[in-house]
Amino acid sequence: MTYLSKSPWILHYDASSCNGCDIEVLASLTPMYDVERFGIINTGNPKHADIFVITGSINEQNREVVRNLYEQMPNPKVVVAVGICACSGGVFRECYNVAGGIDKIIPVDVYVPGCAARPESIIDGIVTALGILEGKRNAPQSVSPEQHAVDIQQGGGAQ
Amino acid sequence: MISVIGVIAFILLSPVIGGLIAGIDRKITAHMQGRVGPSIFQSFYDVGKLFEKEKTVANDIQRFYVISYFAFMIFTGAIFFAGGDILLVVFALTLAQIFLVLGAYSANSPYSHIGAERELIQIMAYEPMVILVAVGMYVVTKSFNIGTIASYPQPLVLFLPGIFLGFIYILTIKLRKSPFDISTSHHAHQEIVKGVTTEFSGPTLGLIEVTHWYETVIILGFVYLFFAFNTLIAIIAVVLVYLLELLIDNASARVKWQFVMKSSWAIAAIVAMVNLAVLYYLGVG
Repeated sequence: MTYLSKSPWILHYDASSCNGCDIEVLASLTPMYDVERFGIINTGNPKHADIFVITGSINEQNREVVRNLYEQMPNPKVVVAVGICACSGGVFRECYNVAGGIDKIIPVDVYVPGCAARPESIIDGIVTALGILEGKRNAPQSVSPEQHAVDIQQGGGAQ
Repeated sequence: MISVIGVIAFILLSPVIGGLIAGIDRKITAHMQGRVGPSIFQSFYDVGKLFEKEKTVANDIQRFYVISYFAFMIFTGAIFFAGGDILLVVFALTLAQIFLVLGAYSANSPYSHIGAERELIQIMAYEPMVILVAVGMYVVTKSFNIGTIASYPQPLVLFLPGIFLGFIYILTIKLRKSPFDISTSHHAHQEIVKGVTTEFSGPTLGLIEVTHWYETVIILGFVYLFFAFNTLIAIIAVVLVYLLELLIDNASARVKWQFVMKSSWAIAAIVAMVNLAVLYYLGVG
């Protein structure tokens, strides 16, 4: 019997998002979509979270914050990049201050594209993440940000 | 007077009852907010998941404090359901709570410290009222023994209406409900991250949750004592009181800690003390 996929608690972090995707993430919690019926809770504490939902792209200000939040989450954990900025940097990817998508810093498991991503696709992405979370249950360790950086340099990286 | 069956039933059944209460609580709350809400077994899924997570603790002593919190909560309930001394129950309950505060203080996190301080404020706020419950029951039944109190033939609530109201008031603090959920909350509120539970994760957080189920059963046991002359009426009263707490929870916003402190003491000093004074005046005491 496994309970991981029945009680996913989410940590939502806004990494330089325009708030468009953030509003849609919060819309998923409203009575209209009510993700709590799947046991999903939006926590504010990385130590309680199972799924790391990030909107917006990586820049020099939040590089360390994203890494720190990811490392504080206990295993098993998954990362969902919500919105095209979080997936690849979107229209901001050429900006001098933007490093790109979330997978430049930490391994991303699910990419939810869209500008802004719709609540339906966010819920779909999180349900996909639940399957991956279940698969990671027996994995002793998640990929550390350092290992991930090595992976990227060798041309591998997440997916 | 010591009932071994009561103790064993408490230890075995409380997690089931407490967990179901927590699950039904979330379901009713969701319906009150126009949502579908999770399954009524959601609390069990949550705790099951927490025990599947990685064991991470901020320091070694933290685990000791959480286990002490759990052990003393069971100790409290064992005295209560064995029909022991109600004063001992009150003090053991406080001791258990203090271990949770110590656990939160042991981590070097400002959020955890704020949560611990707020938990201490809550303990200070409700403690006088809980002791007055014990005193009031003694005045009527001439005994601190829970077995004797529970077998008192007349409804205690008729003698102690003020003390009952005061207890309902602080019940909101004990059950961690709005407007008095200042140290931590069951809902997805994110204020000061998660208060006293900030630095707990995985199995230790699961153990805190299970301990809270035990605590809920003990606290509702106090409500039961007010109506103990008739088991059926008592159970109905407990259910109604819990539904009232849910309504208050969903209809009110969180207040500042100053208000929690002042109002709890004011209620204890006015309503409960007047109740006791009237009892003395009528010669009941």
